[in-house]
Amino acid sequence: MTPRPPLHLALALDGAGWHPAAWREPRARTAELLDARYWTDLVQEAERGLLDFVTIEDSLGLQSDRFDGPDDRTDRVRGRLDAVLIAARVAPLTTRIGLVPSVIAGHTEPFHISKAIATLDYVSAGRGGLRVRAGSGGAEAALFGRRQIPGITVADLDRPEVVALITELFDEAADYVEVVRRLWDSWEDDAEIRDVATGRFVDRDKLHYIDFEGRWFSVRGPSIVPRPPQGQPLVTVLGHNTVPYRLGARQADVVYVTPRDADDARRIVGEIRTEQDAAGRGDETVHVFADLVVHLADSAAQAADNRARLDERAGAPQGSDAHIVAGTPGELADLLLDWQSAGLAGFRLRPATIPHDLEGITRGLVGELQSRGAFRTAYEAATLRGLLGLARPANRYAAAAAATNSTAAV
Amino acid sequence: MSRPTKQIHLAAHFPGVNNTTVWSDPAAGSQIEFSSFVHLARAAERAKFDFFFLAEGLRLREQNGRIHDLDVVGRPDTFTVLAAIAAVTDRLGLAGTINSTFNEPYEVARQFASLDHLSAGRAAWNVVTSWDAFTGENFRRGGYLAEQDRYERARRFLHTAWELFDSWHGDEIIADKDTGQFLREPGPGAFAHHDDFFDISGQFNVPRSPQGRPVIFQAGDSDAGREFAASSADAIFSRHSTFEEGQAFYADIKGRLAKFGRRPDQLVVLPAATFVLGDTDAEARERAEVIRHQQVSGATAILFAEQLWNRDLSSYDPDGPVPEVDPLPGENTISKGRASVRMFDDRLATVRQWRELSEAKKLSLREVVIEVTGRQSFIGSAATVAETINRFVQQDASDGFILVPHIVPGGLDDFADQVVPLLQERGVFRAEYTGTTLREHLGLELPG
Ligand SMILES: Cc1cc2nc3c(=O)[nH]c(=O)nc-3n(C[C@H](O)[C@H](O)[C@H](O)COP(=O)(O)O)c2cc1C
Repeated sequence: MTPRPPLHLALALDGAGWHPAAWREPRARTAELLDARYWTDLVQEAERGLLDFVTIEDSLGLQSDRFDGPDDRTDRVRGRLDAVLIAARVAPLTTRIGLVPSVIAGHTEPFHISKAIATLDYVSAGRGGLRVRAGSGGAEAALFGRRQIPGITVADLDRPEVVALITELFDEAADYVEVVRRLWDSWEDDAEIRDVATGRFVDRDKLHYIDFEGRWFSVRGPSIVPRPPQGQPLVTVLGHNTVPYRLGARQADVVYVTPRDADDARRIVGEIRTEQDAAGRGDETVHVFADLVVHLADSAAQAADNRARLDERAGAPQGSDAHIVAGTPGELADLLLDWQSAGLAGFRLRPATIPHDLEGITRGLVGELQSRGAFRTAYEAATLRGLLGLARPANRYAAAAAATNSTAAV
Repeated sequence: MSRPTKQIHLAAHFPGVNNTTVWSDPAAGSQIEFSSFVHLARAAERAKFDFFFLAEGLRLREQNGRIHDLDVVGRPDTFTVLAAIAAVTDRLGLAGTINSTFNEPYEVARQFASLDHLSAGRAAWNVVTSWDAFTGENFRRGGYLAEQDRYERARRFLHTAWELFDSWHGDEIIADKDTGQFLREPGPGAFAHHDDFFDISGQFNVPRSPQGRPVIFQAGDSDAGREFAASSADAIFSRHSTFEEGQAFYADIKGRLAKFGRRPDQLVVLPAATFVLGDTDAEARERAEVIRHQQVSGATAILFAEQLWNRDLSSYDPDGPVPEVDPLPGENTISKGRASVRMFDDRLATVRQWRELSEAKKLSLREVVIEVTGRQSFIGSAATVAETINRFVQQDASDGFILVPHIVPGGLDDFADQVVPLLQERGVFRAEYTGTTLREHLGLELPG
């Protein structure tokens, strides 16, 4: 029997948890959602649970239950902090867990984001990454006022011109990540020489213009930040259908998906592999993680009760793009191992409430998986790429320079 | 009536990509590893400094069309490293230089409001206005702003950011778990701003931060820059650090406040300054000489001269005389990505001054560069330096200094351990932090 591949676990952090009524739970630290202490405690708890990484949600606009633009609700958590800054604030107070904030590609500058995530990688000594979100139109575009993009409503999602628009936004996100990645490589690892004899701090032949010219922007480079410790920090993307899968297949190291069951997961993994081949990355590792919303309790009945109580407080059953699980840690472990065999490398778990379900993951689920020999009992690597079994990539420009030199030598 | 003794404000500037940073010294550490930032920030906090300061440049400098390689190259992202420093310090203010040309107000306001929350009220924003097309090549907005528009954009940018900070008042979130009401009313953070530069609307998504707005710094020296500072900034970062220039600048900038309805104490004047300590004044002077020669190698002297002459001088000997060719007139094409180049407004006159200096003092080109590029340095024993700094502040050459050590990461240690206690003994510098926010350290009011 071939040994089971390692199972990877990420934790998705957002406000007081993923259930809209989570903030009303007795243990919810609702008054502290904008405090550094709160985020530090959550990530430190995830690190005690030996999880691979945390993701931190973000959006440019105010949280909303509407697809495009703010809503009028007063009964949900509203207001948040920039996710990259939260990750950086937590980095020095943790040592092994990966930190993966969300960034929004549509309106921000790839140059700024590239140097921010490179710096996150420095302040965390090799644990940085990002989750890229494509830009959207309407209300989000109005916050920046630099371009007119029509708003998109759920009802219009299947209309051909809307599909075309969404495809464009994701193509732009792919260019965006391309720029971010090229900038990470724009310094070779050994570019800094500090050669006192010649007075040179860097070998400028090892700094590279990226000269990206695309449909939406052009960027010259090089970055102002030296190549980050991981070489290429982790790039991740969430997708629900072919268009975002294609972005993931072209540019990501990890794609989060939302299957309903193991068969669905198998189908999605297959589709991503096809896109990966089409993108010429068939020989590279692209991990597929399934997203799950989790309610955990000591008994299945208690977990179901918790979910029902929260739904009742919220006034409606929780709507979710991801499958919702309510059960014991043991039951969740069974499900994860079952789905894993569909080709998933891991899971990104969205705790319904914090801290209750977060601790259900770090203290309950992790122990269950460990007792079945299915999860690490100690961190085995110092970098996030290392935890995920991803090698430190060669620098594209160093490789090109070496090739030119050897040709010249012939 | 004798005036009350002023309290001095001090800040630590992380040594940057200028030739003042000596990277060749055996004691010089990493310019990018986080441990260097932790070291300097902790030294500053141990010394009860007001804040830590980061400069910024968004394109690597070039000279003669090639990346400038003689000085430090590379630096971290400002927001990210400041947020991380917030985790390893408690009270120290965190000041970041962020450009108003290559950013957008909504994003910058989110980032500063977030930094202010994550540091419990310690954020400051140094608004700078570099606007060149060279830097613009790194940005999707691309680049180019007419020179005369840069402060107009900066002013509009800052006012737009203020509207965003002020779009939350601080009482919107009630978060009543029993009733289920999180917001007092729907629609918090609503804003709509329309002017020639920015046309934006929506709801800001960061609730009001501890300081309300970050402390605003300005660094720019033209008349437009000074007006911008006098109208809008809480503090100004200047290059005028000699006693006479400092006093003149101080009087000028404070004198501009009244027409904006502001009081002199509402703008803190903080020039950049370097320092060299020794057991005796003589020893400090000797060390300063060595450091100046480390800062201005022969190659660096040639590059400096090229910026002034605006032409290739690579065939000249830095240890020989000042070049006899005349500088090239017109736009400076030799050096890109540097704010200092604009200092040489009248090239021919400056070259003439260099020649006169060289003849009068029998100085080589390198020695001339060493002499003319030397900024104010406090050089002496700890007692001398403490006394001098205090005299500058009490006699209104400044309200304090942003100190730029010449070595990373340990360059502030001796100052913290030797000079600061003397200032504390004199009662002119805090012995303990009395407030938690940067506004409190600087004696600034909370915005209304
Ligand atoms: C003390 C001082 C520090 C400055 N630091 C920076 C900096 O870190 N980054 C930057 O882009 N510009 C910096 N500048 C440049 C100014 O923002 C401004 O673009 C420049 O001084 C030209 O404006 P002015 O004509 O008003 O002086 C600095 C200027 C001064 C005087």
